[in-house]
Amino acid sequence: MSTLSERETRDAAPHRIGLWHAGVVVSTKTESPTGRSIVLDVPGWGGNIAGQHADLRLTAADGYQAVRSYSIASVSNGDRVELAVDRLPTGEVSPYLVDELRPGDQLELRGPLGGWFVWTPSLPDAVQLIGGGSGIVPLMAMIRSHTASGSDAPFRLLYSVRSPDDAFFRSELDTPTPGLDVTWLYTRVAPEGWGRPPGRITVDDLAGSAFAASLSPAVFVCGPTGFVESVATALVALGHDPHKVKTERFGGA
Amino acid sequence: MAVISRGFTGRGRDHTPDLPPGQYLTADFPVLSAGPTPDIDTADWQFSIRTDDATLHTWNWDEIHALPIEDIDTDIHCVTRWSKFGTSWRGVSLDTLFADIETTDGFVMAHSYGGYTTNIPLDDLLGGKAWIAFEFDGEPLDPEHGGPARLLVPHLYFWKSAKWIRSLEMMPADQPGFWEQNGYNMYGDPWLEQRYW
Amino acid sequence: MGEHVDGNSLAGPLSELFAVDLTMASARCLGCGDVSELARAMVYPDPTGYVVRCSRCDDVLMVVVQEPDSVCIELRGMAWLKVPR
Repeated sequence: MSTLSERETRDAAPHRIGLWHAGVVVSTKTESPTGRSIVLDVPGWGGNIAGQHADLRLTAADGYQAVRSYSIASVSNGDRVELAVDRLPTGEVSPYLVDELRPGDQLELRGPLGGWFVWTPSLPDAVQLIGGGSGIVPLMAMIRSHTASGSDAPFRLLYSVRSPDDAFFRSELDTPTPGLDVTWLYTRVAPEGWGRPPGRITVDDLAGSAFAASLSPAVFVCGPTGFVESVATALVALGHDPHKVKTERFGGA
Repeated sequence: MAVISRGFTGRGRDHTPDLPPGQYLTADFPVLSAGPTPDIDTADWQFSIRTDDATLHTWNWDEIHALPIEDIDTDIHCVTRWSKFGTSWRGVSLDTLFADIETTDGFVMAHSYGGYTTNIPLDDLLGGKAWIAFEFDGEPLDPEHGGPARLLVPHLYFWKSAKWIRSLEMMPADQPGFWEQNGYNMYGDPWLEQRYW
Repeated sequence: MGEHVDGNSLAGPLSELFAVDLTMASARCLGCGDVSELARAMVYPDPTGYVVRCSRCDDVLMVVVQEPDSVCIELRGMAWLKVPR
């Protein structure tokens, strides 16, 4: 084995080359008044498992770049990637993705990323998913992976949204799916005649609708930092093993 | 080859004579934190200056408010490239707080509630250039922006304006603070773009 | 704004530097002795870097500063880092 000079070693660094993949927007779909899903074709992506995320890089004509992380809603072995994005009013990137991006546009992706907040069909445990707002995205990938694989693991989803209009993937989640139980929670506006008054998720909601701690479910919680914080605290109070609770908070930028 | 995203411009990157190199102008006041926001009751709040002979000069909330309070209108510049023009603050000048303090040391380590530190030459805190500020835009300074009180040294990058200020410790030589230990510039002049070592 | 996110958000930035997914590695906090995956740590992001804190005691585990031509990684808050292979 020959010794590489320092210069050659640096030039070699193969894993740094091709880290970013060029992607093309295939289609977009409005999910809510503030959010939409985006399907991308990313040659060389090579697939991802449920729950992973991607870093997105946008480059302006003058060379300025911005990088943000987004959860992936799809599961595949191929080069198609579906993201879903909620517009943050003061954001730099999300208003562009929600309002401006259209089929044919190009951007760059890095990933798939993260081996921790993931679910694979080989896991036998009952799975409790708890999502707030666009925190549904990685959980949707787990639901799709569950359905596609025919897994026997029982799934439950608690999905907290401001109002019925704000739900992402509404029709897909309203379609009855064997092995999946969906509970909707509304924080501001509930549908007419809805039993539960609008309000933030509580310990009682978790005690009433989520798998009990005694079943030792794998729990995945995703949403804004405050939502994840209060859910995680409540789960531990209900006796869930902190090691079986995985969280993904998203910040505000 | 670069992939350009059609229609993406990013934040405005205008250049005006008042904007230091590499900065963009923002109307918001972005919040950046290296840690959790401490919850400090003004009844428990104290600010102190510790000199080389280990003497502690301490002010509580009422005592600092009994000193002459100044209105400060200034531009601020964050190392993360945003600048904000015409911010208005109220606070006590460090000239006032240092009036009765004798020291031969030339450098200061600012310590915050929550453990953050940053280093500043003493000369940059005196001569009408720095304050302990407790009001922003006519309101008590909120905890996210460093309330109840923060150091305000607007002629340096804003990481030097330590949030949740607790004490200033005199030092004979310049020692790096929290970010300075990890590559941020020891001085941090925005006009010279002194971001890193 | 100004809120922390989870350590699993570090997977992308750390992929620029390491060939393995470092968010799956366990670290022992020098402050409280807690052993956790980096994915469970609290991350305070910043456009020029990030501060990673222990989710149990809030002590700093790791500081990363991204400079134009280098990245500075401080690991003083960890007794060790165990990387799965």
